[in-house]
Amino acid sequence: MFDSLSDRLEGIFGRLRSRGRLTDEDLDEALREIRTALLEADVDVRVARTFVDGIRLRLVGQDLSKSLSPGQQVIKAVHEELIGILGGETLRISYASAPPTVVLLAGLQGSGKTTTSAKLARWFRQQGRNPMLVGADLQRPAAVEQLRILGAQASVPVFSEASDPVAVATAGLNEARRLGRDVLIVDTAGRLAIDADLMEEVRQISEAVDPHYTFLVIDAMTGQDAVATAEAFHQTLDLDGVILTKLDGDARGGAALSVKEVVGRPIAFASTGERLADFDQFHPDRMASRILGMGDMLSLIEQAEREFDGDVAQEGAARLLEGRFTLEDFLSQLQQVKKLGSLGGILSLLPGMPKELKQAKDSIDDRQVAQVEAIIQSMTRKERADSSLIDGGRRKRIATGSGTTTQEVNQLLRQFKEAQQLMRSPGMLGGMLGGRGGRGAAQALSEQMGDLAALAPGGADAFGELGAGLPGGSSPMRGLGAGGSKGSKGGKKKKGGRVTPKASGGSR
Amino acid sequence: MLALWIVLAVVVVVAVVVSFVLLSRRAGGGNAAAASPSAVQTKPPPTAPAPAAAPEAAPQAPAPAVADTSASAPVSPEAVPAPAVVPETLPVPQEEAPPADLHERMGKTRGLFSGYVRALRGRGSVDAQTWDDLEEALLRADVGVATTSALLDDLRQRVKNGDLRGPDAVIDALRQALKASLESAGGVGLAFEEGVTNVWLFVGVNGVGKTTTIGKIARQQSAAGRPLLLAAGDTFRAAAAEQLAIWAERAEVGLVRGAEGSDPSAVVFDAVQRATARGQDLVLADTAGRLHTKVNLVEELKKIRRVADRPPGKVTEVLLVLDATTGQNGLAQARQFLDAVGVTGVVLTKLDGSAKGGIVVAIQREFGLPVKLVGIGEGPDDLIAFDAESFVDALFD
Repeated sequence: MFDSLSDRLEGIFGRLRSRGRLTDEDLDEALREIRTALLEADVDVRVARTFVDGIRLRLVGQDLSKSLSPGQQVIKAVHEELIGILGGETLRISYASAPPTVVLLAGLQGSGKTTTSAKLARWFRQQGRNPMLVGADLQRPAAVEQLRILGAQASVPVFSEASDPVAVATAGLNEARRLGRDVLIVDTAGRLAIDADLMEEVRQISEAVDPHYTFLVIDAMTGQDAVATAEAFHQTLDLDGVILTKLDGDARGGAALSVKEVVGRPIAFASTGERLADFDQFHPDRMASRILGMGDMLSLIEQAEREFDGDVAQEGAARLLEGRFTLEDFLSQLQQVKKLGSLGGILSLLPGMPKELKQAKDSIDDRQVAQVEAIIQSMTRKERADSSLIDGGRRKRIATGSGTTTQEVNQLLRQFKEAQQLMRSPGMLGGMLGGRGGRGAAQALSEQMGDLAALAPGGADAFGELGAGLPGGSSPMRGLGAGGSKGSKGGKKKKGGRVTPKASGGSR
Repeated sequence: MLALWIVLAVVVVVAVVVSFVLLSRRAGGGNAAAASPSAVQTKPPPTAPAPAAAPEAAPQAPAPAVADTSASAPVSPEAVPAPAVVPETLPVPQEEAPPADLHERMGKTRGLFSGYVRALRGRGSVDAQTWDDLEEALLRADVGVATTSALLDDLRQRVKNGDLRGPDAVIDALRQALKASLESAGGVGLAFEEGVTNVWLFVGVNGVGKTTTIGKIARQQSAAGRPLLLAAGDTFRAAAAEQLAIWAERAEVGLVRGAEGSDPSAVVFDAVQRATARGQDLVLADTAGRLHTKVNLVEELKKIRRVADRPPGKVTEVLLVLDATTGQNGLAQARQFLDAVGVTGVVLTKLDGSAKGGIVVAIQREFGLPVKLVGIGEGPDDLIAFDAESFVDALFD
């Protein structure tokens, strides 16, 4: 599941199992790997150094955990330390007694301020507020126009005028008061932290509108420059928080750690896509995993917990494992999974994917999914239960009903049939679920779960439930592992279902 | 715990869906190819009526009406300028004082390296501290772990062999190595061919400065007397075409655009047609910022390139626009865009900031990609040819 960092640490600690504790020498090599991982993740060189020194102090002389491998133990310590730094108090927006609450956004060119302004506006609306946007970026061609369009999408009014940024901001504030808007979001032009004139300008804007919240908008792919930029903006504006953007890319995002460490203000929001809805509270634990190069499975679980109908999920899984999965089942599961958002996005949250899946993940066009849904919905119950019933005439009817062609219907039916067969073939499901090269999915999955369980309290107990919960009482692991290894929750001795983390300290 | 059950179900369903995709791909693209690329991005909903995808097989005029906002000084169609004799590579018109300019603009970067360098030169011998300091200096310039190690290992070997004695020699050797590396990738001239409508395609992730760069190049080329046309191939982002239109006005060149949400390939195709008809032999094609991780967007880009490459058009440059503040992710960007559409050169933007842009060293070493242009400001003239010597000097002094 964890990529090279975990593997590398396992390699280092492979010899260690006989000894009872982690010594200085053992740690040195491991910490070098950690440092490399952090630097590859764009964490500031100096921040990385301080961080690693802190971890060393934490780990030297520590007893080797009985339940975790040494590598896991180190990762856990690093993970927790990262969460500690990235987290801390969450930013809670408290609204001004005399409206509007003014929010000012600043940052480098291209960081995503304008899009973020609109997203924030939408977010405030969702909180039941009446926000207004001010387009104070008069520098970039068509910036105000862009904001107007986005504002319209968010159903939030946009104010701007052709004067100068300070005047626009001031006028915007007056307008907000006049209109009785209770939140004002000021978008400003991108500017270099070392441009004294422009930094003075933004200081003046800040002075003019006296913001309650000033956010630095920073791109997740920023490298070593993050610290200099953050320091400069913080010095000039006294930031209240940071908004991290473009997290939908694969940048590890070490800049988040650097900025947090240096500015000391919370990372308030995370922007995860180009749509206005792709905006969320920042999650330190997920960011920590990401910086270390681990997948963000926690996101997925939490979201699924929120959105899924558990019975439907269980039922579907059971039927799939028993080979009874029909188009009806597929439809209901598909509809469930859709609630989690883009399927491609979901796949990217799953760690340890075999290469083919990784490549396939983004080619899942959500419009295709809609098409598949439409086709199945145009079928009768009977047809969905038994697709062999679907002859030429029915295919035509289904095609017409779903606005597709008979070829597309044929294709779906053919592919579903093949997929069913693939699912039934030994080891295939296991292979797809992440165990390649002969390792059964049972091991792979339990390893993944095991690693996760090491990090999340209470996860380990799930194994008991998993075994018991499946209708028919058979362990799902056994079913998954068909064709793979025999062991039910097996796998390597040090990982697996018997992990009971000691007080792992609320990482969630 | 319900959660893990759910994850299981998700994974299982996803596995089924994915096997679909794999099968459909094997079957030669079925559903996957049918979806029009413009509909892939779920927002904003296209305001124009459902656009037809630019036909790949037959080069007919695409369905969406493309508005052509000609510049205030339109090139009259009849007066096809006599093709001037131009060399194969058209160098970017140089500002008169570029080395000093870049040096000056990168002045703030001096602080970083020069601090280390001064300290190093001061010391008499090469020791562990020397290597630590050099490593830190390179890493802080975003050169990256792997490239830094490679560079320093090489130097360490040479010190061991007795080739290099003393910190001064080491620093000079490092400078040389960096310079040689950056220069080895090839010339900084922008390729131009006679007898075709050249298309220079600008690609990159979101917010790097593609549109602004095009605006600057348009101005330079136009001032040098080259007839050209801009293609507003970013049909996704709000007001993207408007942004480019303003640059077109500034450069006094024409622009071809489509409705928001329409097929970018169609826009580029149309631009090539129009440019050809008017005897304009250069099209600068803007594209929407796209994360290299989004396979469907990358597929869209591939299609844009294919369409642009159809005679009379020919893609003679694919320029990856890269923000100097980008960290190690720049490597991933370079890799993916190179694989997808064959990048011919890099434009490194925002180098007037505090970022050192050292990622281009790593990119050159790993992919052999040359940096051709450097952006040093938001103004229309703030674009100069890349000069390895100045770049490295500015880092070191």
